[in-house]
Amino acid sequence: MARRSHVQTTLNGETVEFLCEPRQSLLEVLRDELHLTGAKEGCNNGNCGACSVILDGRLVNSCLVLGVETEGKSVETIEGLAEPDKLHPIQDAFLENAALQCGICTPGFIMSAKALLDQNPNPTEHEVRYWLAGNLCRCTGYDKIVRAVLDAAAAK
Amino acid sequence: MRDFSYIAATTIPEAVALLDEKGENARILAGGTDLIVQVREARRDVDWMIDIKSIPEVNVLDYNADTGLVLGAAVECYKIYADDAICDAYPGLIDATTIIGGTAIQGRAGVGGNLCNASPAADGIPPLIVLNATCVIAGPNGERELRVEQFCTAPGQTALEKGEMLVSMKIPAPASNSSSYYLRFIPRNEMDIAVVGAGASVTLDDAKQTIVSARIALAAVAPTPLFAEEASALLAGREVSDEAIDAAAQAAQAIARPISDMRGTAEQRTHLVGVLTRRALNGAIQRVRDAA
Ligand code: FES
Ligand code: FES
Repeated sequence: MARRSHVQTTLNGETVEFLCEPRQSLLEVLRDELHLTGAKEGCNNGNCGACSVILDGRLVNSCLVLGVETEGKSVETIEGLAEPDKLHPIQDAFLENAALQCGICTPGFIMSAKALLDQNPNPTEHEVRYWLAGNLCRCTGYDKIVRAVLDAAAAK
Repeated sequence: MRDFSYIAATTIPEAVALLDEKGENARILAGGTDLIVQVREARRDVDWMIDIKSIPEVNVLDYNADTGLVLGAAVECYKIYADDAICDAYPGLIDATTIIGGTAIQGRAGVGGNLCNASPAADGIPPLIVLNATCVIAGPNGERELRVEQFCTAPGQTALEKGEMLVSMKIPAPASNSSSYYLRFIPRNEMDIAVVGAGASVTLDDAKQTIVSARIALAAVAPTPLFAEEASALLAGREVSDEAIDAAAQAAQAIARPISDMRGTAEQRTHLVGVLTRRALNGAIQRVRDAA
């Protein structure tokens, strides 16, 4: 077995250190080593977006990033979004619009939406749909998700 | 996933020495969107992953209107289409970088990785071919250059020799009255693999009526992306017309050697080569004419 590496990274604004094997994806590190189970494993091959997180300001599929690659980087996950007594506006908008059913896809969609609104605060519906094309949802039919993201943008 | 070791190389000589020493079971890691999946699904045996993203030369993204573009092998798609000057100069490259995967894939995947992965259906390769790109390759014996249409040798196989790595791609500055276009056929709107892809670049005369030169390239109709050399040559000196474009499209169809698989039959693919070649040529011509 390859030696476990020591990795230091910034996770949701706080410095964390962990040990991982090179073959462990960032998704596995988040879930199995750091016990942050918000990011979900859907396909484990980059198709579904359930594992979406923000790495150094860019949306990525955490199943396609190695944990060791995050040395010195900054990772944002769904766990970092809400404040102790207040949800993030995108989370509020998802609830208001009933934009989730089983919820498996939701953390990925919300992180993807956050990455979009961080760089484009007033997206068109077309831009929202295009941006979210890498996130799959088997329950909602997408329309409520798109409305939620547009509402969150308008609420800002 | 299979057990492997990870090394983040910081210089080209270091990466080359590692590749040379570890041999076949070492693999360069850039965006990882193909490689990590291949290793996880046991489609590639990798004992060493050599991460090159800390090497300055592979992160260069430098466009100059006189000398052209140097595109580092690890530059992610999103950086390419975020650059307005590059969007203006090489629209065919932008067509491809905006349809490779979704947003999250484009945050990691690059055109260099798309090239080294050597998929017959790679969207990033036809634009490189029609834009006359040259690969800059580093190896144990120094640096060499190779035309991009010679880079892929078979599905998943490249002309890289033991110890060699792709450093960057060089694309000449666009000639005046020139433009490029890439499109693919997929049954969905987004997030799919090309059934067929076609790229074209054209240079027109000052009146924008006559084709001075053109280049056509195809994806997913042969074991590697193809440069349609004869089809391209047919257009040189021809007035822009449906007949000229039809003739080129037919010549492109003639070199297609598609297979039938779950994405489409050989017959459908051959038909698509004609349709997409016409559209790519007309798209590139329209872009030249639309430019001020
Ligand atoms: S689990 Fe990562 S994209 Fe599906
Ligand atoms: S809410 Fe169930 S998959 Fe989206």
